[in-house]
Amino acid sequence: MDGLDFNGVGSSPHRLEIMEKVTGAAEYIADLSRPNMLHAAITQSTVAHAKILGYDLEDALSVPGVVCILTGEDFPDGRMGAFIKDEHAIAKDKIRYFGEPVAVVAAETEAIAREAAKRVIVKYEELPAILSPEEGLAEGAAIIHEELDDYIKVFPAISSGNMASYTELNEGDLEAGFAQADLIVEGTYDTAPQAHLAIEPCGALADIDKQGRVTLWSANQSVFRVQANVCESLKMPMGKLRCLTPRVGGGFGNKMEPHIQPLVVQMCQATKRPVKMILNREEDFECVRARHPFKVRCKTGVKKDGTIVAREVEVLLDCGAFGDDSPGVLGYSLLMCLGPYRIPNSKAHGKLVYTNKLRFGAFRGFGNPQVAFAGETQLDQIAEKLGMDPLDLRQKNLIQPGDPWFGGGKVASNGLQECVDKARAASDWDNRKSRTAPKGKRRGTGVALAAHISGLLGTGAIIRVFEDGSVALNTGAVDIGQGSDTVLSQMCAEALKIPLEKVSLASPDTDGSPYNWGTTASRVTYTTGRAVVGAAAEVEKQLKEHAAQMLECSEMDLELRPGGIVGVSGSDKEVSFHQISLRAHWAAGGPIVGHHTWVFNQPTVDPKRAVCSGIPFPQVGVFSFGCLIVDTLTDEASGKTEVVEAWSAVDVGRAINPSSVEGQIVGGFVQGMGFALTEEMVWDGAKLANPTLLDYKVPTALDTPYDIHSIIVEAAEPDGPFGAKGAGEIGLVPVPAAIANAIADAIGGHVHSLPMKPEKVLNKMLEIEDAT
Amino acid sequence: MSHPVTLTVNGKENEVSCGATTTLLTVLRDTLALTGSKRGCNQGVCGACTVLVDGTPVRACLTLAVNTEGQSITTIEGLPEGGELKPIQQAIIDSDAVQCGFCTSGMILTAHEFLQRNNNPSIDDIRTALSGNICRCSGYRKIVDAVALAASRGGA
Repeated sequence: MDGLDFNGVGSSPHRLEIMEKVTGAAEYIADLSRPNMLHAAITQSTVAHAKILGYDLEDALSVPGVVCILTGEDFPDGRMGAFIKDEHAIAKDKIRYFGEPVAVVAAETEAIAREAAKRVIVKYEELPAILSPEEGLAEGAAIIHEELDDYIKVFPAISSGNMASYTELNEGDLEAGFAQADLIVEGTYDTAPQAHLAIEPCGALADIDKQGRVTLWSANQSVFRVQANVCESLKMPMGKLRCLTPRVGGGFGNKMEPHIQPLVVQMCQATKRPVKMILNREEDFECVRARHPFKVRCKTGVKKDGTIVAREVEVLLDCGAFGDDSPGVLGYSLLMCLGPYRIPNSKAHGKLVYTNKLRFGAFRGFGNPQVAFAGETQLDQIAEKLGMDPLDLRQKNLIQPGDPWFGGGKVASNGLQECVDKARAASDWDNRKSRTAPKGKRRGTGVALAAHISGLLGTGAIIRVFEDGSVALNTGAVDIGQGSDTVLSQMCAEALKIPLEKVSLASPDTDGSPYNWGTTASRVTYTTGRAVVGAAAEVEKQLKEHAAQMLECSEMDLELRPGGIVGVSGSDKEVSFHQISLRAHWAAGGPIVGHHTWVFNQPTVDPKRAVCSGIPFPQVGVFSFGCLIVDTLTDEASGKTEVVEAWSAVDVGRAINPSSVEGQIVGGFVQGMGFALTEEMVWDGAKLANPTLLDYKVPTALDTPYDIHSIIVEAAEPDGPFGAKGAGEIGLVPVPAAIANAIADAIGGHVHSLPMKPEKVLNKMLEIEDAT
Repeated sequence: MSHPVTLTVNGKENEVSCGATTTLLTVLRDTLALTGSKRGCNQGVCGACTVLVDGTPVRACLTLAVNTEGQSITTIEGLPEGGELKPIQQAIIDSDAVQCGFCTSGMILTAHEFLQRNNNPSIDDIRTALSGNICRCSGYRKIVDAVALAASRGGA
């Protein structure tokens, strides 16, 4: 902007809240307290599937300092759920998984609450536990949700028995496609459940006022989803609950839908005192949510020259005990399962099955990394059989600018080719075979491509001009650490040509903020950014109306000038936002408020191209693309793989804050690397066996290569704010597949199962050795 | 059974009452309202509760408060001197090495102590030094860069 450093779009100012975060002053949910506050703890079920016969609270109530104990009998019969309203606030009449909250205890201290919670006795009549989707689908299986048919569903769900939903997409003629193929490769691939493991465990704090209105703070990704879920499950009018947010210590999908907020609100209403509950790490593992384990059958037909002619993908998802975001994950994984390729004849179909495990739900990538693992490793298997370079095979089949997505949805911007070219060049892909390995190790290089959406649902922004000419931006979008407060403020500053420090950002508040569906689906930069740009345009219009009267000229002749000034084009006549705002507040027109709301409305499916059923979201999003190349070393003796270097090229439309985009690319890579190599939630029967950081291994700095190269590609999205689209998830999507392909390059065969821990890789090496 | 214990935190003596099994983290957060030290796992793994005891990084969640009597405890709140950030804090800012911030306090204290011992670390030295502090957001790259930047500026 005229050479001035305004920290607008395309620059990387430090986070607005950086000072509080480096001095320990930032307040997260566990750091909050209220006068006269009670502390709450949960009692968890010790069986997976049972009828609740009754409770014995006598021993628990005898603990000095206990104030109140609530069980399912004390909760209304409301049910919540993003897609299928199947979940009570707490186990009521029935237990559906081991570790499910069955009682809440409030006491004067957390220690007392936890001690009493251990003494709550629940009388059960056990039912057969369903611990896998296959068991759930078996004839005569115990039914987990007897009332499934009666539940409210927000999409045309196909469900019966233990099957929560079935989704199918078809394009072209699958049989004819396979009939044209010279080579057909089919394989099955499975992925393990992954824990989100935000370092901050989930928690909530509620207080109640003299009118009985509740204010709720919690670790969350959307104050509006918190409000909706609590009100649905507790049958409260939405006006009776105000939801706010402190700083959030990481959220990767786990804090989007409810965790313990309804329990805390109900306890607050019962005791008429402030109530706080913070889950410990084990509880956070056992009863929040996790990434779905997938079983994927993938079948691809190609011509001799590498042209892909047909693909069929069938998935089987473990839903866990409640629907949560699972129908969305099923539908989205099927929508994305072809990858960013032209495949004319395709069928994708799958089932989501209730089991007696914790709910599986949204996790960065939303089902896409799992199907990408199947599809992208299968492409390498095809390339090997055809004797083609894996990247050349992909290049031959790339979705081209102007092509629609699977199902017929429009793809407006497409920077995939540039991603491929840049990653190929930066990684020196064509000379990869010349790279050597130390003795005892095998070097591999792998590639995977990806696409992901940013979009979905409703959002808004309000910009007010203060008397002094600075502005307040209010969007309701929760910054979960990714940096959206800064990015949205940068966009507001850029649109109004004012310095970043002239924008003050309101914290999300269901009373005062415009609706924002949530910080999820890589959507805040794109959807909320568009709302910010729209609200700024409205403010600009009002500023010019005032300025035209003040300067006695036509609005058409006015322009925004850097620094909060409206001037007459070609003249030095101008007025400041400050002068305009004083007039608006005290003399004419009224205070300036601009707002813009919208809902993403581009159809997912074009009925002329595709035949689909059970689609969970009719309007999904715009598309980001990526190409990832990784270099790995696999130890010949142990099978252990380390990533040595990675090149991740990602098309984000426009990097509003390039440093934050790099943070998303690298952070997503490392979370994907954990998913690929080490992370796995393991059950011993119905009980989670490793709900601790000692036994569940996330990457440390030493497990993580330093050389993770972020390559930002900017193919502007025509209707994106300043061309931007999302960057939050795309960097993770191709990671397991690229690492799998690198390992296969190193050892000569593919491991079809995540995580690719040393024993699996070693067994594969031995299997290959035995065969030769 | 509670005992009166005098803890020296950030240069200030505090008489607190704590039980034999009360951890330093609980006293810091709940009694002294120094909430910059975070409870991520309460099992000594994540490193978010790292504080310095007589200059050595310890896991406050595994340290019994009574055992720190007579020692000098430094938390993130006490790290700046005279209101001025330590070089590692400034380097964390300049490297954009914070996302959610929940690991940041522990990461800074670990790095601060490391840089006092090693003023010319290699990238691998830094990766090793930080390997007891888990960050789930950043992928570590910018944190490693920040430690290298602080070292290059000759500070800790």
